[in-house]
Amino acid sequence: METLGAFSLLLALCLAAYALLASVIGGWKQKPFLVESARRATYGVFLMLTAASAILVYALITSDFRFSYVAERSNRAMPMVYKFAAWWGGQEGSLLLWSWMLSLYSAIVVWTNRARHRNLMPWVMAVLAFTQTFFCLLNVFVEPPFQMLAVGRGVTSVVDGNGLNPLLQYWLMAIHPPALYLGFVGFVVPFAFAFASLLKREPGEAWIATTRRWSLVTWGFLSVGIMLGQGWAYAVLGWGGYWGWDPVENASLLPWITGTAFLHSVMMQEKKGMMKVWNMVLISATYFLCIFGTFLTRSGIVSSVHAFAQSSLGSWFVGFLAISISITTFLILRRLDYLKSESHLESVLSRESSFLFNNLLLLASCFAVLWGTLFPVLTEALMGEKITVGAPFFNKVNIPIGLALLLLTGVGPLIAWRRSSWESLKRAFRWPVLAMGLTIALLLAFGVRHFYALVSLGLCAFVAATVVMEFYKGARSIAVKNQMNFLRATVELTHRNTRRYGGYLVHMGIVLMFIGYTGSAFNKDTTEEVKIGSHFTVGSYQLHVKEVTDGSNPNYSWQRAVIAVHRNGQYLGDLKPERRVYAASQQPTSEVAIRRRLNEDLYLNFASMSQTDPEAAIIQAYVFPLVSWIWIGFYVLLFGTIVCLIPSKVKYAYPRTQVVGVYERQPEPAQ
Amino acid sequence: MKTYLRFGILVAAVLGTLAWLAASGIRESKTYYKTISELKSMPQSEASKRVRVTGDVVAGSIRREGTAVHFQICEKERGATLNVVYTGKDPLPDTFRDEAQAMADGKMAPDGTFHASSIAAKCPSKYEAAPGKAAPQPLNPGPSRSSL
Repeated sequence: METLGAFSLLLALCLAAYALLASVIGGWKQKPFLVESARRATYGVFLMLTAASAILVYALITSDFRFSYVAERSNRAMPMVYKFAAWWGGQEGSLLLWSWMLSLYSAIVVWTNRARHRNLMPWVMAVLAFTQTFFCLLNVFVEPPFQMLAVGRGVTSVVDGNGLNPLLQYWLMAIHPPALYLGFVGFVVPFAFAFASLLKREPGEAWIATTRRWSLVTWGFLSVGIMLGQGWAYAVLGWGGYWGWDPVENASLLPWITGTAFLHSVMMQEKKGMMKVWNMVLISATYFLCIFGTFLTRSGIVSSVHAFAQSSLGSWFVGFLAISISITTFLILRRLDYLKSESHLESVLSRESSFLFNNLLLLASCFAVLWGTLFPVLTEALMGEKITVGAPFFNKVNIPIGLALLLLTGVGPLIAWRRSSWESLKRAFRWPVLAMGLTIALLLAFGVRHFYALVSLGLCAFVAATVVMEFYKGARSIAVKNQMNFLRATVELTHRNTRRYGGYLVHMGIVLMFIGYTGSAFNKDTTEEVKIGSHFTVGSYQLHVKEVTDGSNPNYSWQRAVIAVHRNGQYLGDLKPERRVYAASQQPTSEVAIRRRLNEDLYLNFASMSQTDPEAAIIQAYVFPLVSWIWIGFYVLLFGTIVCLIPSKVKYAYPRTQVVGVYERQPEPAQ
Repeated sequence: MKTYLRFGILVAAVLGTLAWLAASGIRESKTYYKTISELKSMPQSEASKRVRVTGDVVAGSIRREGTAVHFQICEKERGATLNVVYTGKDPLPDTFRDEAQAMADGKMAPDGTFHASSIAAKCPSKYEAAPGKAAPQPLNPGPSRSSL
């Protein structure tokens, strides 16, 4: 079976390489049969990688410990779902997952476009196959998943495996990597289309229309992946944070930032024919950052919580990135005439300008994060001394950028295209500014003096007001005209232009998330050594440590502190933070107990029993105000993204300025 | 052209502010990578530097005194050991235990102990090689690499 697995990987590599060659030659020499064969090879790659993955998963769920991957990542006592999740629990398996997802995406793209874009498809396939070949190379030669445990020349087996890292045995963690990978891998598709239309000098913006859905879905998955990671860090890692500017977290954030910039600036190209070079650069950068993110995570080039180890993968990735970046840069430079802008910026007070600054800020943030992440590598290369920068650096740069972006989120959608007058601005922003002023005044009255928190919450009120106003204005006119109730009118309004109103919903989600992040300015924490039976306080809570119990099951043994929570004399229930030691790995973990409420979370971690006093436990207690709004905001953001994906009821034809004639939007392709 | 000049000034102002913030952020939080022996021979003048030091936790040396945690880390090759005291507010990572490889950020105190403000740790590589007890060769040795 293992031979079959390894063989299907090898075959996948050959097919991918063939698809690359056939599509390049077929596209170049106009040979439809070669292109057709490349198309079939793409399906073949998908079949082969599916077979390989199925074999690995089968070995995992049947606990076949002859496989070294299975022995290292799984054990018999693990629940079935984690046995399955062990597919991406280690280096080899997660690279296989990457490859498999890419092949799945490629197959879908090739299938749905089999009768369209005849001119572009060979080159789209070439880009996909190029990436696929690279990852298959890694699967076959660098990180092969089908290695057996061997003594001398005979295959052997162990009685039980090491088990999946206990920190990963949590439901969010089981789905976080696939979601993130769906996002990482997905950006290959818009990039492939952009690259192909650049190469073929395809007139118009067909590639943007074709890949708009892809970009949005991919961006959505990336957002889901990042948020699941945050949720996991918060609920599992026990330090009460959700973001630590760890290199691997940054790796997932970087393509998200450029992807967000891309989603905004393509609107400039669609409606005004501007920023063509820029969009090309952005989508390429996003794609490269996705590969780069995988590289950072997998090679251990910078030390992080996630990836401590060194691996030989690094040079492969550097080579791949170097080749593909140089090809893309060369092509963009050669095609600058094709990418000429069709109109110009007219005023600082205009929608165009707000998009421009949105992009500038996002890119600045991306650059700062990248710079901070690679700082140890850079200083070692340039100064011979390894220096790292920590969270204060990232926060110092990114908090002001985040707030400025929040401001633009409110301003952008209301400001007119081309140029806007102060008069019209005053009219549009009267209520939002009032809302901001009121919020800040209220907070000051309640004694809040934290500068960033005031600005942030004020801006949240400002943006929320603009969004609510937009919905209200549109819905009211529909309600009056069609004699329907307000709620139905709102739905109708959204349905007429899902892209616009879905976008507003995403903005609203961002606002809610900012409220949650701002709460961190008011965190409270304490670490106490408490005797069993006695009390301590954190924030407005009195905590009474009632008892410490213990027990075990086949997977782990546990020790649990039972803590009664009171506030102002009122009993609010018991919280039970726990410590576990997993049997297979002898790895201790802590399971925090969280009391989640909309205004604040109470978060307890059972650090250990005291070493000096056997009757005392060390408990860390935190109060995190407003954290829940991050997750609520995320659901709103997800909902908005889905709304954006629903086709609009009314097709709009956007008139373009300074272009003769009217630009009709391409009929929406069903992706 | 006037419009472009205005844009230029605005863009420069934004980027300038950010560069200034970034520079001060780096000044505040830059941390030097040092080995234990480098740290021991560091001149007094550099004692105020923030340092990141890595070593293996000496078995049996972890001691909790109230909320502070004392332990020793050592270098495998040269045998230098360092006393560390951790008083940070974040809980210690679950992987932090005897013989784990620990990474401590902090400053040297004049008495020769290292005051750490944050600790990261990875499991001892021993655990990864555990199937080796039955003598099979782990074909891909090396410390634990977890997923994202």
